[in-house]
Amino acid sequence: MLKFIFHIGRYLAMLSQVFSRPEKRIIYTKKIIHEIHYMGLNSLGIVSIISIFIGAVVAIQTGLQLGDNPFIPKYLIAYATREALILEFSPTMIALILAGKVGSSIASEIGTMRVTEQIDALEIMGINSKAYIILPKIIAAILFFPFLVIISMAIGMLGGYLAGTSGGIVTHNEFIYGLNYWFDSYHIFYAFVKTIFFAFVISSLSSYFGYFTEGGALDVGKSSTQAVVYCSIVILIINFILTQLMLS
Amino acid sequence: MIQVENISKSFNKKPVLKKITTSFIAGKTNLIIGASGSGKTTLLKCMVGLHAPDSGSINFNGRNFHNLPNKDQRRLRQEIGMLFQGGALFDYLTVGENVMFPLNMFSQMTDEEKIDRVHFCLNRVNLVNAFNLYPSELSGGMVKRVAIARAISMNPKYLFCDEPNSGLDPITSVIIDNLIQEITQEYNITTIVNTHDMNSVIQIGDNIIFINEGELTWSGDKVSILKSENKLLNKFVFASELYKKLRS
Repeated sequence: MLKFIFHIGRYLAMLSQVFSRPEKRIIYTKKIIHEIHYMGLNSLGIVSIISIFIGAVVAIQTGLQLGDNPFIPKYLIAYATREALILEFSPTMIALILAGKVGSSIASEIGTMRVTEQIDALEIMGINSKAYIILPKIIAAILFFPFLVIISMAIGMLGGYLAGTSGGIVTHNEFIYGLNYWFDSYHIFYAFVKTIFFAFVISSLSSYFGYFTEGGALDVGKSSTQAVVYCSIVILIINFILTQLMLS
Repeated sequence: MIQVENISKSFNKKPVLKKITTSFIAGKTNLIIGASGSGKTTLLKCMVGLHAPDSGSINFNGRNFHNLPNKDQRRLRQEIGMLFQGGALFDYLTVGENVMFPLNMFSQMTDEEKIDRVHFCLNRVNLVNAFNLYPSELSGGMVKRVAIARAISMNPKYLFCDEPNSGLDPITSVIIDNLIQEITQEYNITTIVNTHDMNSVIQIGDNIIFINEGELTWSGDKVSILKSENKLLNKFVFASELYKKLRS
């Protein structure tokens, strides 16, 4: 318990230094653009692949559940696919994937900087190393992850459409009608709020584990694993809390 | 001048530094020598503020480092250049960008002036053609020289070197030692070198302190070290066959 409180305290203390005034704004702006490219754009491929298959599977499974019941219209397959993607699969599933990909990358990058004394070098130069290294990652994640989620939603629906129409589960017109049926924009807002929280958790928590790495290469690996595990757990907890607060 | 007064430091209740009091002279190459694990690096890290000492004070020309507010500590650190054991170059930047890094963060120079300054520093360490190389493309000696170029780019008043010869062949070691001494004299820097390399001691040791198990055991210079009657020091200095022969 004491260890848990120690980590919480150290994490909050780290954040207080991360959000201090940057030494030179232009350098931070360049770093944010670099991080958007490095973390965000480089994740487009995996996000697209996962989304198209999730969308396809959701459509097929929904079709299977609804069966050939003549009282249930087929366009509900598209409706259910859309809602499942917007409410849960795109924000949460993609966050868990990004916790693995981006989270481990952040923790190992910062951990390597720690064990090779690059962080010490920044401190000696008089640079706030926490702000310099971590702040651009947090801002880049918060700015770009929502775009990844939008793309995931769109590609997921495309996957659902392809699986549904090519498998004869639903027709083109029924699917398009279902996608537009009873659309509530609040659900998109809910997905974005979740994504922003998840982006913050992935970037800051992974940075925390990387920044406080002690030892050598083996410990960098440990930090990276810890980052993924704890990010995933916190994402699921936050998902539950936000769903309870915003949807129930 | 840097004055160290009664510095003590423990890790997990194990004392590493025991009330060390000494001073380091401006314009001279000051050496901290001792066996591995004797506390040299801890003393160096306390001096540059990477470790907070348990007690005692470190004064940079009368300014007590650990009593200064954060802002002033960062300002003082901009007067410090440090050469780390592994170089601690930023691996995502080229050699030129590494040397330019402190200038980008703190100087008001124009881009042209910065490039001129980088070329001057690289020229000073005989690495004129390395501007566009990445640290992974450099040899161990070149990494150290780039690190020296980065350390002097901001015209530091104090230069700290943590085992500058570790992992280098004898010829490159001599080149690095000479470079450190020349730079110290040229710019009247207070240089502190942490080493257990006896060749460096004999070559550049203007002022030497010997630490044994966290205690300051002896102080003198490169001439007096060979004539000392201190048993612990003699055990260290004349450990190799070559020095034993030299003595006899």
